[in-house]
Amino acid sequence: MFTFRPMVLAAPLMMVLCSAGIAGGPNLGQPASPEDIAAWDISILPDGRGLPLGSGTPQQGEHVYIQHCASCHGFKGAGKPNDQLVGGQGSLAGAQTPVKTVGSYWPYATTIFDYVRRSMPLTAPQALSNDEVYAVTAYLLHLNGIIGERDAIDAESLPRVKMPNQNNFKSFYLEKTP
Amino acid sequence: MIRRSHPPAGPEDFGAAGGLLSRRIFLRSGVFAGALGSPAFAEPLTVPPWMTAPGSPFTSYGQPSRYEAKVVRIITNPAAPGTGASRTPHHRLNGVVTPNGLHFERSHNGVPDIDPDGHRLLIHGMVKRALVFTMDALARYPMETRQAFIECGGNSAALYAKEPVEGDVQQLHGLVSCAEWTGVKLSILLDEAGLDPSARWVLAEGADAAAMSRSVPLAKAMDDAMVALYQNGERVRPSNGYPMRLLLPGYEGNMQVKWLRRLKITDIPVMTKDETSKYTLLMDNGESLQFFFPMEAKSIITHPSPGLSLKGPGLYEVAGLAWSGNGKVARVDVSADGGASWAPAVLQEPVLPKSLTRFRIAWQWDGRGTTLQSRAVDDKGYVQPTRAKQIAERGSRAIYHFNAIAGWAIAPTGEVKHVYV
Repeated sequence: MFTFRPMVLAAPLMMVLCSAGIAGGPNLGQPASPEDIAAWDISILPDGRGLPLGSGTPQQGEHVYIQHCASCHGFKGAGKPNDQLVGGQGSLAGAQTPVKTVGSYWPYATTIFDYVRRSMPLTAPQALSNDEVYAVTAYLLHLNGIIGERDAIDAESLPRVKMPNQNNFKSFYLEKTP
Repeated sequence: MIRRSHPPAGPEDFGAAGGLLSRRIFLRSGVFAGALGSPAFAEPLTVPPWMTAPGSPFTSYGQPSRYEAKVVRIITNPAAPGTGASRTPHHRLNGVVTPNGLHFERSHNGVPDIDPDGHRLLIHGMVKRALVFTMDALARYPMETRQAFIECGGNSAALYAKEPVEGDVQQLHGLVSCAEWTGVKLSILLDEAGLDPSARWVLAEGADAAAMSRSVPLAKAMDDAMVALYQNGERVRPSNGYPMRLLLPGYEGNMQVKWLRRLKITDIPVMTKDETSKYTLLMDNGESLQFFFPMEAKSIITHPSPGLSLKGPGLYEVAGLAWSGNGKVARVDVSADGGASWAPAVLQEPVLPKSLTRFRIAWQWDGRGTTLQSRAVDDKGYVQPTRAKQIAERGSRAIYHFNAIAGWAIAPTGEVKHVYV
């Protein structure tokens, strides 16, 4: 998993840290290599940082969806037994029961890639290839009328997708957000 | 039930209408005078069988008495087992610390079975040095101990419903628990990695099958966040994050990532599924409140409560739990007349910040139907709102962060039922 780095490299660092730290600890963190980090870092930021190589289209995504997703999320994302993924646009305001789906509620398209890759399918998370995740992301965006039938989704195009509900989130916490 | 020195004598003994008694009552001493009528003699006292034969031998890990078999979590497993929650039976507990086996649980794809020797914590991103920590390494860091409640952002969500949902304290409010946590201050580890000046957020990720992740403000991470290794003195339980969890005192439980394996320092939030599609508060105008982190001041009456009926008129103790994710509980007021008058309850010392606080007040029930409710005020001056105020501000579809005043109706029969006040 993680490789140990020679102490020769760590020693000068330790001196710097010891002079800087007042209430610090024993400095027992081991340096992580770029390869170590790449193996674990599966976070995708809303501006697209972290997206891997690969791509997929709605048509390719339909195959992935039927095989891995439909049993929990229904035909074409209609939901049941688990979350509905498609529809609901226009249902958020007012006192009616809101239909919160990827299309009606999710503010960033990058979140679909991030979440599907790390958590789905429930019985075998992290089993899909990057191409498959891109494809199923494209399929969900297309079912929600957000991209066209032939639009390919990749690291360039995904962060440029504007989600319908993106401007309806107000940060309660006052700190830098996108 | 409390034992009191004498029955209330005059108006000065009452703290509010409806029979709530002044806090001064507790200060008196003496012998209970039996003023509510001469009781019949107790049943004859005999030598019980457990005194006439040896008891059981020692055990390697203790369990509650077999007579306490009802004191258990209730479990909700929706469509997929391991994606639901279990709830703390506060109506069967007292004090403020939740036993480890009864701490509420919430997970998104089951509880992982983590071998601590194979577990690593990675800190990377906008730092000078990306670092990996083993459990053995963390064990050598300076530790601190603090008490903190953890409340699920969705606790009490049923109270957003238009009509009161029938349920007891556990069903309605059981997604909050309190423990003594011991671990390493996160700021020590982040300082060791060396923060980039433009760093603002920390993405925390778990080693479970959901790889649950949330963005945490760096300011919180550097303030009172902890990498918790111990829960009430023993290693954190598997369902609460073994071998380590992120503790963010006062913040919604979902952010206090269990099975912590990775912290990525960033300039902006990652916008994970659980901070966008979930844990955001949809209001009636169609806008949603996002990054609503602290659990605001709240209180619940645990005794009496549904399932704990009153046994006829007389003297009772009204007790409950109060907390604030923004600081200490400064005051809890209790009303026994539907909110017309309020009396301050006694707070059990020590009152600790971002921890559960036990409150108690004596109550002379006259046997008539009424409503009990409690209202917490924290040391920032925040007053627990009425349900009407909360619904007016947020609508009834917010799902998360319900913290308004709740009511228990007391029927003349002594039965207790959830009502809106």
